[in-house]
Amino acid sequence: MDVYLPIANLSVNGLVIVVLGALTGLLSGMFGVGGGFLTTPLLIFYGVPPTVAAASAASQVTGASVSGAFAHARRGGIDYQMGGVLVAGGVIGTGLGALLFRVLQSLGQIDTVISILYVLMLGGIGGLMAHESLGVLRAERSGKPLPPRKRRHHPLVASLPLRWRFYRSGLYISPLAPLLLGMFTGILTMLMGIGGGFILVPAMLYILGIGVNVVVGTSLFQILFVTMATTMMHALTTRAVDIVLAVLLLIGSVSGAQVGAQFAQKAKPEHLRLILAVVVLAVAARMALGLGYRPDEIYTFVTQ
Amino acid sequence: MNWWRIPALALCLVLCGGARDPILVPEISQHEIQVRQGFTGADLLLFGAILTPEGNRAAGDYDIVVLLEGPARAITVREKKQVAGIWVNASSTEFRSAPSFYALAASRPIAAMVDGKTAAIYELGLKWLQLSPVGVIDPAEQKRFSDGLVDLMRRQGLYQQNEKAVQISGQVLYQARISLPSSVQTGTYTAETFAVRDGRVVASAITRVTVRKEGFERLVAASAEQYGFVYGLFAVIVSISMGWIAGRLFALI
Repeated sequence: MDVYLPIANLSVNGLVIVVLGALTGLLSGMFGVGGGFLTTPLLIFYGVPPTVAAASAASQVTGASVSGAFAHARRGGIDYQMGGVLVAGGVIGTGLGALLFRVLQSLGQIDTVISILYVLMLGGIGGLMAHESLGVLRAERSGKPLPPRKRRHHPLVASLPLRWRFYRSGLYISPLAPLLLGMFTGILTMLMGIGGGFILVPAMLYILGIGVNVVVGTSLFQILFVTMATTMMHALTTRAVDIVLAVLLLIGSVSGAQVGAQFAQKAKPEHLRLILAVVVLAVAARMALGLGYRPDEIYTFVTQ
Repeated sequence: MNWWRIPALALCLVLCGGARDPILVPEISQHEIQVRQGFTGADLLLFGAILTPEGNRAAGDYDIVVLLEGPARAITVREKKQVAGIWVNASSTEFRSAPSFYALAASRPIAAMVDGKTAAIYELGLKWLQLSPVGVIDPAEQKRFSDGLVDLMRRQGLYQQNEKAVQISGQVLYQARISLPSSVQTGTYTAETFAVRDGRVVASAITRVTVRKEGFERLVAASAEQYGFVYGLFAVIVSISMGWIAGRLFALI
């Protein structure tokens, strides 16, 4: 099924894009991450110009997180106060991301910078998650309960001034911490079309120490609004949002997200976290290899 | 009549051959390519006749070169190098006019037809593409970059060179097929036909092809360009409603 993408200026196999969307939707539903960290690189690999891929993947993440966010809202799984702070940071982040995008693009270093960031962060976060979930599983098998975690949030977070009470998250911390975290994911969303969920969820768990029952819902809430802001920002600055590409991705991802959510209800959280850790580590490893291997294309060009 | 006039006249007939140069009557199978939904590229048939100025069959051993060029634009070509174990864009160079599409079809290898100088003048062949580099760049480096670009574009099907693609029948009719991939830029393309004889370009003619988006594709491209805010808002609404509808549908199952 050939579909012509009017902004990307090329024709693609529509089914491939739908399947790609479904795959990332599945991840999104299962783990509460956007799945954009898979979509964008795969689209680029398929021949879609990087800017169009990043801009259109953001709207796919919006669609995939909508129903999840609604479901969590009904269950009371969203800390709106925390979510609001994260969104505020995220929107500032998309603005900064747009500036950064332009600078890095003109320097020709955008791909390298993003890849290095990815390797470092995915590697770190994936390792952390794998370590923790393995620990939990091992403890379960041996029957010994894990020693309770003493520190709820990172000491750096505690040292920030100005504290707010986040009741649903069960936290009394400075709003600057989630604001910075939101900004960071906002920048990443703008640069790579990712929702930032795979960074947000672990960061919320391990750095902020948010209660487990509101992590996924709040993360989806933030992703929803930040990807919306990103789509708008791209539509206004890079003008690279390909609506046809976005709709194809959406068809796959919104259904994938539903199936993923069904899986997530049946599976153990530790197992889910371990799977996510493996996926994240695999992407990090692939990116690390990509940096070191001789690339397929030594020469690339951009129009001025 | 002086005796020397006869050979002089004969010599003039040979040397002042300009008057006897043929004319080309080129035509293209379609002058407008519409990029619509399901566009997967287009096949163009470029054909025509070689005639004498009087309109008779030229009946000479002419070689034909057909050149289809897309709109040129300024580009930056980047080159990756391994720095501290990582492949990064290490250097770049700018070209003021790189065609977005270039396809050459010829009846015989260019090298056997004309010398390098002539080929360079008429840009006959990817080797002779005039990319107009910006700034003072050392020729070897410049060549590395342009070779890199040509190789990249060739593999994408946007630069083509096929030196056996022109068929000439009865020394009068010629035809060549050139295919455009779906990733072609919109704009006006020029198709130039050259008749070559004895290492000299003796005639040339130009026709044009317009590639443009039509219908829905045109609407999308135009609104993304002109009404970014509305377009973005529309994209956001579409994504939210699709996500919401999927949620509803699956809740029913």
